[in-house]
Amino acid sequence: MELIAFSFYLFATIAVVSGVLVISAKNPVHSVLWLILTFFSAAGLFVLMGAEFIAMLLIIVYVGAVAVLFLFVVMMLDINFVELRQGFLQYLPIGATITLILFIEMGMVVATWQLGPDVAANAAAPSPAVGDISNTAALGQIIYTDYIYIFQGAGMILLVAMIGAIVLTHRKRPGVKRQVVNDQVARRPEDAFELVDVAVGEGITQRTQNKG
Amino acid sequence: MTNMVPNLMPVMPEIILAVGAMLLLMVGVFRPTKAFSEVSTLSLLLLVITGGVLYFYVGGETQITFGGMFISDSFAVYTKVLILIGSFLSIVMAGPYLKDHMIDRFEFPVLIILATLGMFAMVSANSLMSLYVGLELQSLSLYVLAAFNRDRNRSTESGLKYFVLGALSSGMLLYGISLIYGFTGSVDFDVLALTLEKAGSGHLGLTLGLVFILAGLAFKVSAVPFHMWAPDVYEGAPTPVTSFFATAPKIAALALFVRVMMGPFADMIGEWQQVVIFLSVASMLVGAFVALMQTNIKRLMAYSSIGHVGYALMAIVIGTSAGVEALMVYLVFYLTMTIGTFGAILSMRHSDGMVEDINDLAGLSTNNLPLAISIAIFMFSLAGIPLLAGFFGKYYVFLAVVEAGFVPLAVIGVVTSVVGAFYYLRIIKIMFFDDAAVSFEKMESRSLNWVIGVTALINSPASVFLIAPVAAMAAWAALSFAG
Repeated sequence: MELIAFSFYLFATIAVVSGVLVISAKNPVHSVLWLILTFFSAAGLFVLMGAEFIAMLLIIVYVGAVAVLFLFVVMMLDINFVELRQGFLQYLPIGATITLILFIEMGMVVATWQLGPDVAANAAAPSPAVGDISNTAALGQIIYTDYIYIFQGAGMILLVAMIGAIVLTHRKRPGVKRQVVNDQVARRPEDAFELVDVAVGEGITQRTQNKG
Repeated sequence: MTNMVPNLMPVMPEIILAVGAMLLLMVGVFRPTKAFSEVSTLSLLLLVITGGVLYFYVGGETQITFGGMFISDSFAVYTKVLILIGSFLSIVMAGPYLKDHMIDRFEFPVLIILATLGMFAMVSANSLMSLYVGLELQSLSLYVLAAFNRDRNRSTESGLKYFVLGALSSGMLLYGISLIYGFTGSVDFDVLALTLEKAGSGHLGLTLGLVFILAGLAFKVSAVPFHMWAPDVYEGAPTPVTSFFATAPKIAALALFVRVMMGPFADMIGEWQQVVIFLSVASMLVGAFVALMQTNIKRLMAYSSIGHVGYALMAIVIGTSAGVEALMVYLVFYLTMTIGTFGAILSMRHSDGMVEDINDLAGLSTNNLPLAISIAIFMFSLAGIPLLAGFFGKYYVFLAVVEAGFVPLAVIGVVTSVVGAFYYLRIIKIMFFDDAAVSFEKMESRSLNWVIGVTALINSPASVFLIAPVAAMAAWAALSFAG
């Protein structure tokens, strides 16, 4: 038990500290690296809660794909972060005031938080009993049977995102050479080369230009 | 929950739309020439088929499927038919403009179909999760449509602005949903209604969650104070997209408003009523007074739609099926006058491009008298002059509000209507009595003329004959919330 408590505090501290460092690091590349560390410690917290599938997903998807992509973007785009930070001090007082007010309000809400009636029964309804089946199987059951409608809806959203990206960025450029598989397959040996008797002492005069 | 295949009958229209959109995408990709006109025609056909299936196959009985996440009832069928009409007419009217501006790409009708699918999901949402998925599907399609004219700065700016503010509002909505879930442990509307009935009032966290959800929804209907995006987006987006924005998504978002407030949160009416009253009054005031200073007709229509949302929210304030009935009548007439007005805007152009400045309308009556008369009818109708369609919409709302005892609200509504009448009448004055400033070019499009003609007829005093059937259908739709 003590080991679990120790691990929790370890992961939680690392997550919070590296989270703060993400937004305070001067160098954007360092920010992304701190972000990756945050993801790792969050994954550790998930493992402690018994959600091993989500923990692995976090490492594979967020660290493996998203954060690395992010790193590339940050390094390649050459954004001037100093310029972005301009006006930071100018907006700090009003931003800090609003944040403080919101923070106090949220704190009051959380402090007086009551749970509604039946909350435990309601929340437990969709998921199968813990211990019966593994994480992955439980998630699969919920996503592909109970929540299939939302799953399909999310699929449609991704389709729209793809169409949107193509509509807004794809341009037809003239003069680009493309591979046309049909033309390649339809091409016959006669079109490509011919056998020529080369007379002794003479070279080959160029006969055709459009073949080949 | 079971492991059996869910009942797919109530979702047939959605399935048809989704599969149809993907097929249309294929048609567009594999037809190098004339893809736009073919896909447009086919998408119109798809919308008609969907409407037929919706009306004849699904019908108006209350059916719930997908483990309680999807509901189809008379209210859903009614609003879905209105949404279909809005989408249909938007595609019909878009053709000439898009061709004229060299942006006649086949993705346009496909995106409208996908947005329609999202709106269907919103209207039929029976859980906070399906609500969010529907809302995102609709919003994402709309962001892309707003930036559709990607080579024009105004259009991309409006798309980006809409996207950033829309993402912010989605964040607020999700935060509210998470608070509600934290209190009740469920996102299902039926379970929520039961739990909240037991819980009673006075829970701070619950109220805060509800307010966040209200803020997110108010953004989607562009109610004041969450309206800042509307004028810029309406002005910057291509005009056919603006006409789509002002009709179908508005109807869907208002229907969602009704669905959420009168479904799971019906017992929290004390909490949300004041907020909706504020949204309604503020929208009516801003819609009336700020519109006075506009010179661009698309911005004017944006403020006009903000004002109309105020009147529509007034009907929701009541929180009974009588209010829903009034809202349903109101939305029909709002749809016809808005579509008609935008049809007229789309059919006016001069040598420099489309007519967008109000002062450029001067002398339209000598140039194109039928169009000027149609616009006059739409303006009278938007202002709510008696005997025109817009008057009956407002009449039903005011009547319901007064009967429910909210007399001050109705008084504010009438006063702002009078203020609003000023700028609608100013347009008529400019068209008929000012000297022509620019010469108009003929924009011959039979489909556009047809749309303007029919909507003008519906809005003309002939609308008296429409009142009885529309009211009957609205009553049928409101049955879903009776009792």
